[in-house]
Amino acid sequence: MAERMNTRRKRRCAGLRVVVAMLVGTAFSLLFPESLGHAAAPEKPQPGAECLACHGDKSSAPTRAGKTTPLYVDGKKFAGSVHASFGCTGCHADLEGKDFPHEKPAPVQCGTCHTTEQEQHARSLHGKAIARGDTLAPHCVNCHGNHDIVPVKDPRSAVAPLKVPLVCGQCHREGTAVSRNRLIAQDNILENYSESIHGEALLKKGLSVAPNCATCHTPHLILPHTDPASSINRKNIAATCTKCHSQIETVHRKIIRGELWEKQANVLPSCPDCHQPHKIRNVFYDQGMANADCMRCHADEKLRRGRDGKSMYVNLEEVSHSRHSQKGVACSQCHSEVNASRVRPCETITRGVDCTSCHDEVGKLYAASIHGQLNAKNDPNAPTCKECHGTHGVLSKQDIDSPSFPTNVPGLCARCHREGNKAAVRYTGRQHEIISNYTESIHGTLLKNGLTVTATCTSCHTAHSVLPRTDPKSSVNAANVPTTCGRCHHGIEEQFETSIHAKRVGGSDKPLPVCNDCHTAHAIRRTDENSFRLDVMSTCGRCHAEIAKTYFETYHGKVSRLGYTKAAKCYDCHGAHDIMAVTDPRSHLSRANVAATCQKCHAGATRRFAGYLTHATHHDPRKYPFLFYTFWGMTALLLGTFVVGGLHTLLWLPRAFEMRRELRAAEAEHEASKETPPNKEGPDA
Amino acid sequence: MPNGEVPERQFVRFTRLQRILHICMIVSFITLALTGLTLKFSYTGWAAVLSHLLGGFENAGYIHRTAAVVMFGVFITHLVDLYKLKRREHSSWWSLVMGPGSMVPNRQDLGELVATLKWFVGRGERPAYGRWTYWEKFDYFAVFWGIAVIGSTGLTLWFPVFFTRFIPGSFLNVATIIHSDEALLATGFIFTVHFFNTHLRPEKFPMDITVFTGRMPLEELKRDKPREYEALVASGKLEEKMEEAYPPIVTRTIRAFAWVALAVGFSIVLWIIYAVLFAYR
Repeated sequence: MAERMNTRRKRRCAGLRVVVAMLVGTAFSLLFPESLGHAAAPEKPQPGAECLACHGDKSSAPTRAGKTTPLYVDGKKFAGSVHASFGCTGCHADLEGKDFPHEKPAPVQCGTCHTTEQEQHARSLHGKAIARGDTLAPHCVNCHGNHDIVPVKDPRSAVAPLKVPLVCGQCHREGTAVSRNRLIAQDNILENYSESIHGEALLKKGLSVAPNCATCHTPHLILPHTDPASSINRKNIAATCTKCHSQIETVHRKIIRGELWEKQANVLPSCPDCHQPHKIRNVFYDQGMANADCMRCHADEKLRRGRDGKSMYVNLEEVSHSRHSQKGVACSQCHSEVNASRVRPCETITRGVDCTSCHDEVGKLYAASIHGQLNAKNDPNAPTCKECHGTHGVLSKQDIDSPSFPTNVPGLCARCHREGNKAAVRYTGRQHEIISNYTESIHGTLLKNGLTVTATCTSCHTAHSVLPRTDPKSSVNAANVPTTCGRCHHGIEEQFETSIHAKRVGGSDKPLPVCNDCHTAHAIRRTDENSFRLDVMSTCGRCHAEIAKTYFETYHGKVSRLGYTKAAKCYDCHGAHDIMAVTDPRSHLSRANVAATCQKCHAGATRRFAGYLTHATHHDPRKYPFLFYTFWGMTALLLGTFVVGGLHTLLWLPRAFEMRRELRAAEAEHEASKETPPNKEGPDA
Repeated sequence: MPNGEVPERQFVRFTRLQRILHICMIVSFITLALTGLTLKFSYTGWAAVLSHLLGGFENAGYIHRTAAVVMFGVFITHLVDLYKLKRREHSSWWSLVMGPGSMVPNRQDLGELVATLKWFVGRGERPAYGRWTYWEKFDYFAVFWGIAVIGSTGLTLWFPVFFTRFIPGSFLNVATIIHSDEALLATGFIFTVHFFNTHLRPEKFPMDITVFTGRMPLEELKRDKPREYEALVASGKLEEKMEEAYPPIVTRTIRAFAWVALAVGFSIVLWIIYAVLFAYR
């Protein structure tokens, strides 16, 4: 390897003279500092006047030994240069006071004044090449010229914006020694640039603010794109491009915030992935363009991954119907990290698809959800984006074939949450038969009937922020349930929030009920269904145990228990969602409203009628003395009657049996007498 | 018992109307008991089953009120019958009340009660009872009492809106307790004490069906109600109170009906005992 390099270097040395000759022919760099044979005059009444005595005349200028090129310096140009005031020895300091003809001067050190630039250049690949002794590497003078240096802003400057491509192109174009002998990934750089939108603007239209080479590569700190410090490194390229294209994200994915391009450059496609360097065109990029490249291999049904034999076949038909395809998302936008300059652009991919590169907000929600938390712990059961949304065939949730279309959501969640499936078996909470309960619930029934706006799993649990009920941030946490249900049942939520059960009204330290405590979570029934009406008493009774017990001792409770649905249940009197303390004037049972409440069933009911004790018990002598004493009075009467009647009967029994025996005996005697001859009369006759 | 001659002539104790009223009473009483107790003991599984069999609680309610109307009808018919009896055989209500066939307890009943208790403990002979014994009179007035108490509270509960124009709403709670506990008393008493005293006494086993046929053998009259028998013989009116006995098919049918009523009654008693002792709340 090293040997080959040496041979190449020798060959390059041979060609050096030719190159130098060519460069000399250009208008920009006429002379090499090394070729200056004689120093200028030591006196300096005018800048360099003394030196120009020899070097100022083209025909009589001295030549270096063995060379024909005159060491000519154009005095007029030097006088107009930025360095004129320093005189010749300002740069050629070693010639100060030397006799004529002086020796070959030392190379000019621009860095003496231009420290920063010198230092950057030294770190750049050009500087390093010089340090290595690469003779093709450019020094200051190769780009900036020497005696005729003018300010960059001067159109005459060799490095004026319009001229930069030509300066760089001296080496970086086809056929040069650099292009032939140095490993540079890009080809036809100058040609491509001049045809690109940037090159066209600069070179053909004279738009001096259009980017030239140095705009992207920097003037002095030119580094290979693999160097993390390089302005064209993947990490920095977005920052480089957005120096001009500051609002570029608005014409790209809206979801991509500009900063992501810089912060997550490893994930997101970077600018040159689509807009290839130097070839940037003034066209709308056909997003599918790169797909064809991918499909060269991935259309093959037999394509397998070497590592594990996984099929790498991509069904283009499936892709073409996907939401992403419709939106013009290309393969490489999800499968980022591709490198378009490789034959197999995908070989540089190191990571799986990260949907959050576009779906950033959703990604954050997911990461905070229980699914995301489990995924972060590498739990094999944790669902990721693709488990629910699919991969290449991903569809909009408005598409009826999408797994996230409302009618498909329960089935989707059921894959893990159906009894016996992987999420259900690790679940330790109170909810069971979730899917079948939901299917039979009012929401499930409506969904089956095709009502897509009814509540599905995600309506309550959210799609991406799924959290266990115990998490205060969960949409199904007790504190958030009214809001969650209220997203659809808004009117009811409003009523509920003013009711005694609402946290801020009730002000109880006991846990107050929310929607699902009465309606259940998954088995929600229509409230006019008999089973709901009949169960509501025990539902309220879970908290109001004593009052429910006494309810069952009165007429309404008793007949309800027998399955009579028309009798008043708790909410018929107290209200359902607008339940208030009975002391509240707005309560259905307040003094002003109670008669009207009774009248719902008992037409003509009065305030006195409402005096009926619907929760009375005859076991409480202090609260209900009337009932207590009536009950015990009646019980005493009952017991007394039974004791007297029972004793009477018990005492009677022996005599009754005695009578029965006597009767039987008499009967037997009578029968016997009948057996005797008929002419014989009985004793009674 | 029969002396071999067919058909046997028997003493008529109850009129046709009285027999019909008793049957109506049985049917309505059992119906009221069944439907009412399902409500009183609604917490037992039996209640739910019965309520279901009756076609749901609402139906049970209709049946209960229909039976109540029937029983009121029985009661009123009986009062009308009493009025007719007074017109036919008595000059005044006083005469009806104080007469020998009166249901109103009197001094003699007190004496007979004492004598009966003595007989029970072996300190005397069985009293010579008349047409109505004291326990029969007790049963009779128990119905009056029951109809008054259960009927009035029942009407209150039937028409609560109307009645609360005069009485406080909480009286409905009181009425409920009185209605149901008095019903419990009536049911329990009829299906145990009354059954024993009148129909199932060992000496009459398997069953006394006089109240259904309306007639009883003369022998039985002599033995059970000697005072009445002697009075009839003395007045010479016995013969006009004798009629032919029913053929066996009729008595068998009557027995079958009576046994069904009895079985239902006993079941209700068992249910009450279960509900009160083992499932009471």
